[in-house]
Amino acid sequence: MSELLKVDNINVYYGSIHAIRNVSFHVDEGEIVTLIGANGAGKSTTLNCIAGLLKSDTGDIVFNGESLSKIPGFKIVNKGLSLVPEGRRIFLQMTVEENLQMGAFSNPENEQAGLERVFDLFPRLKERRSQVAGTLSGGEQQMLAMGRALMSKPKLMMLDEPSMGLSPILVDQIFEIIKNLNDTGTTILLVEQNAAAALDIADRAYVMETSRIVMEGKASELKESNQIQKAYLGQ
Amino acid sequence: MTVFIRTLISGLNLGSIYALIALGYSMVYGIARMLNFAHGDIIMVGAYSGIVAVMSIGLPPIVGILLGVIVCALLGITIERLAYKPLRQAPSLSILITAIGVSYLLQNLALIIFGPEQKAYPMFSGVKSFQILGAKIDGITILTLAVTACIMIGLNLFINKTKIGKAMRAVSEDKGAAELMGISTDRTITVTFAIGSALAAIASAFYGATYVYILPTTGSMPGIKAFTAAVFGGIGSIPGAMLGGIVLGLIEQFAKQYISTLWSNAIVFGVLIIVLLVKPTGLMGKTIQEKV
Ligand SMILES: Nc1ncnc2c1ncn2[C@@H]1O[C@H](COP(=O)(O)OP(=O)(O)OP(=O)(O)O)[C@@H](O)[C@H]1O
Ligand SMILES: [Mg+2]
Repeated sequence: MSELLKVDNINVYYGSIHAIRNVSFHVDEGEIVTLIGANGAGKSTTLNCIAGLLKSDTGDIVFNGESLSKIPGFKIVNKGLSLVPEGRRIFLQMTVEENLQMGAFSNPENEQAGLERVFDLFPRLKERRSQVAGTLSGGEQQMLAMGRALMSKPKLMMLDEPSMGLSPILVDQIFEIIKNLNDTGTTILLVEQNAAAALDIADRAYVMETSRIVMEGKASELKESNQIQKAYLGQ
Repeated sequence: MTVFIRTLISGLNLGSIYALIALGYSMVYGIARMLNFAHGDIIMVGAYSGIVAVMSIGLPPIVGILLGVIVCALLGITIERLAYKPLRQAPSLSILITAIGVSYLLQNLALIIFGPEQKAYPMFSGVKSFQILGAKIDGITILTLAVTACIMIGLNLFINKTKIGKAMRAVSEDKGAAELMGISTDRTITVTFAIGSALAAIASAFYGATYVYILPTTGSMPGIKAFTAAVFGGIGSIPGAMLGGIVLGLIEQFAKQYISTLWSNAIVFGVLIIVLLVKPTGLMGKTIQEKV
């Protein structure tokens, strides 16, 4: 399998806080890779840095053979990489449809096909296409955030805690959809607090602790590891 | 009754001018989260551009106004690039002080170029007046109201229906999320400054036509009033700026007519304070959640 994303030795600071240290990992085409770890470990910082919201002073991020470190943040989605950010960050004052249109901002030819695909995946959003996003339920907002990220037709979709605040049934649904997306050719990089569910659908996993990656391996193997079970699976 | 109608119309006239200027304050605040205190002086630049175009070059007034619009839009973009863009990450106090500095710079440049004496604004000397319900109304007033109404409708369509307009709304809600969509914050801010400054130039033509004389400091007072109107309507909100401008113009003219010319400004600001006490976000303001 070919390497789609290579993160090589990145460091991000917030003022004097060193949020991620020498982080390196890779995602192969077609994989589901999950990044798990405790609160504050640096998972969101890592994803935001890959998506271009934050810049690393060191190292490089290579996507699809092209270095992203010199590209301005807003152009990164063009390369086929999209992020469903932590806390969803949908545009609350815009309608469902407008949010989705914004998702296709970099790729307007795909708007119509994208809308059809998203409405197919999330029929709920179709019913509510003219509703203002701020009035959607939490689950619907998560669907909208995912739908919006799909509008750019990403090769790699990064999701930051998509299950946050959702009921168990919805969590199952969201994970089911992530799996489906992966089956239809989208590579996935998934950050989750819900480590058990993430390890269930992932091929490989990285574990972050206090701003570093401390462990990596096949998801199925990590799931059996004593250390992981104690720290993240509550067993 | 005639006096009432006349006051109403002149209040709407003044309110339209405030609204056009307030839109610039409010849009820039909504997108760039900064108070551009040099915005008032853009009006002055627009007015002088019109004077130069018509009096010195001999262009027809409408061309002079369009030229003012272009000059102001370019000036707005330039000010943003040179003075504000380098301060994107700076504390808001630094940006505020810079904006005040830009304001003085523009006023003093105008003082050097055009001198301290007032210049007559030439534009609409030949426009006819009308009789409305017994009150004699200047043609220019009707023109001001009609053009302002068209601009407001156009601006609403632009913001709600076009791709750039929607991108502006997205940036004003969440810059980071907008960048994730592929929207350039810098480009959006540029467009916002261009539109705001162009609207100020149009306001300058109506202001010049109503008040006739132009000075290097001409922009300050309508600037401050329009800023008040923007806060009054809910800063960051486009319909709020429109409503705030109109309401402020009406209050000012009615206060002048029925209470006292001397007290009219005090009354305007008094009403502002009361509104902000009752509703701190302004008439149509949304609560802005600051991201931590
Ligand atoms: N904007 C910021 N300013 C200052 N410090 C920050 C900022 N964002 C994150 N941090 C700090 O950086 C570290 C990593 O944060 P990050 O959000 O990446 O963690 P996380 O692994 O995503 O945690 P969680 O699981 O709680 O979402 C934390 O110590 C956090 O306090
Ligand atoms: Mg996080």
